[in-house]
Amino acid sequence: MPESITDSKPEKVVCGPGLRGILRHKQPNLYWIDSQQRRYVPSKGENVIGVVTAKSGDIFKVDIGGSEQASLSYLAFEGATKRNRPNVQVGDLVYSQLIVANKDMEPELVCIDSCGRANGLGVFGADGLLFKVSLGLVRRLLAPQSEIAKDLEKMFPFEMVVGMNGRVWVKAKTIQQTLIVANLLESCENMTAQQRQTLFRRVADGSI
Amino acid sequence: MEVCGSSNPTLREFGSEQNLLSRPDGSSSFVQGDTSVLAGVYGPAEVKVSKEIYDRATLEVVIQTKVGLPSVKERAREQCVRETCEAALLSTLNPRSSLTLILQVVHDDGSLLACFLNAACMALMDAGLPMSCLFAGVTCAIDGDGRIIIDPSAVQEKESRALMTFAIDSKERRVMMSSTKGSFTVHELHQCVAISQKASDNIFEFYRESVRRRYSKSV
Repeated sequence: MPESITDSKPEKVVCGPGLRGILRHKQPNLYWIDSQQRRYVPSKGENVIGVVTAKSGDIFKVDIGGSEQASLSYLAFEGATKRNRPNVQVGDLVYSQLIVANKDMEPELVCIDSCGRANGLGVFGADGLLFKVSLGLVRRLLAPQSEIAKDLEKMFPFEMVVGMNGRVWVKAKTIQQTLIVANLLESCENMTAQQRQTLFRRVADGSI
Repeated sequence: MEVCGSSNPTLREFGSEQNLLSRPDGSSSFVQGDTSVLAGVYGPAEVKVSKEIYDRATLEVVIQTKVGLPSVKERAREQCVRETCEAALLSTLNPRSSLTLILQVVHDDGSLLACFLNAACMALMDAGLPMSCLFAGVTCAIDGDGRIIIDPSAVQEKESRALMTFAIDSKERRVMMSSTKGSFTVHELHQCVAISQKASDNIFEFYRESVRRRYSKSV
């Protein structure tokens, strides 16, 4: 524990409620508990993959896997104006950021940053494959210097979009390669680093 | 299984597996002796407007029998499990959402309600739902000679004079729910509660161990 904490008066720290998992620590004093949920609970500022389910007036309804559908204004796209509507169809995938996420309110999404730029957000995924993994795996994938992503990249080039809501979209050169990536990611869930590297090596050699 | 006059109550051999179903958000199987139950949890998910509660989640418990349609007995058990889960879950953290808990009987060899409770708790843990405490179910039977049998089998249940099931919380080992059948004295009730509280320690220790094992790989 850093000195700055031990020097100060010992305070009572309440952790929780209802926490189970691995207590993680990052310097200087950031603590969090890692768990393996599957159901997404929206939280503000996270980037998620949503599926457009309905168009009603000036908003789109988007399924982000939470307990409620999120709303996405048609003006929240890059370059969209009242006259120039974005081309979004029901069934499209959108990579978007939650700006309202609150247990008492409907979640709200945007596909632009505060400067009005898309910055990677927006409609995507003409082809490719969308699948669901646990939230714990997604957090591991999105961690800076993620070992899983590094190991995967070594095999062949592919595109990947990871939403904090447990949805992952991948696209490689061929359908076969796309499926390999998807299956590998799904199998990573309950593997140690060593097991994973052995598996990846075997796949890269073409023995599986 | 064990006849208790002694200080150390032992349950039948029990075991569990978590996260064994792919579709639900949380799942578990719980085996106590020959009694076996499979549980699945869905939620927090979208809720029907008619069932929506504005300040907390709606919990629905469904018991699926091995054969035939669920009867009044299952309904009564559903209520026992539901009220225990409602007491443990912090449902105000997910208002206007639905939680659905499905309990499938795989085999019934006595102490079924206790097994439901244990499977439910493991499934809720697997789903990662916020809870104020864990809970464990323990069944006690009192036979004709007044001896207390803990975690009885179906035969022992049939021969018993009284049958009691308690849900014990993990924080203070208090009784969260009790369901009793037959006649017994106040003294016997106190004895059974004390024995159940003692036996629940084993189950809580098991919960802790299984969570530790589950997370050991992703360290």
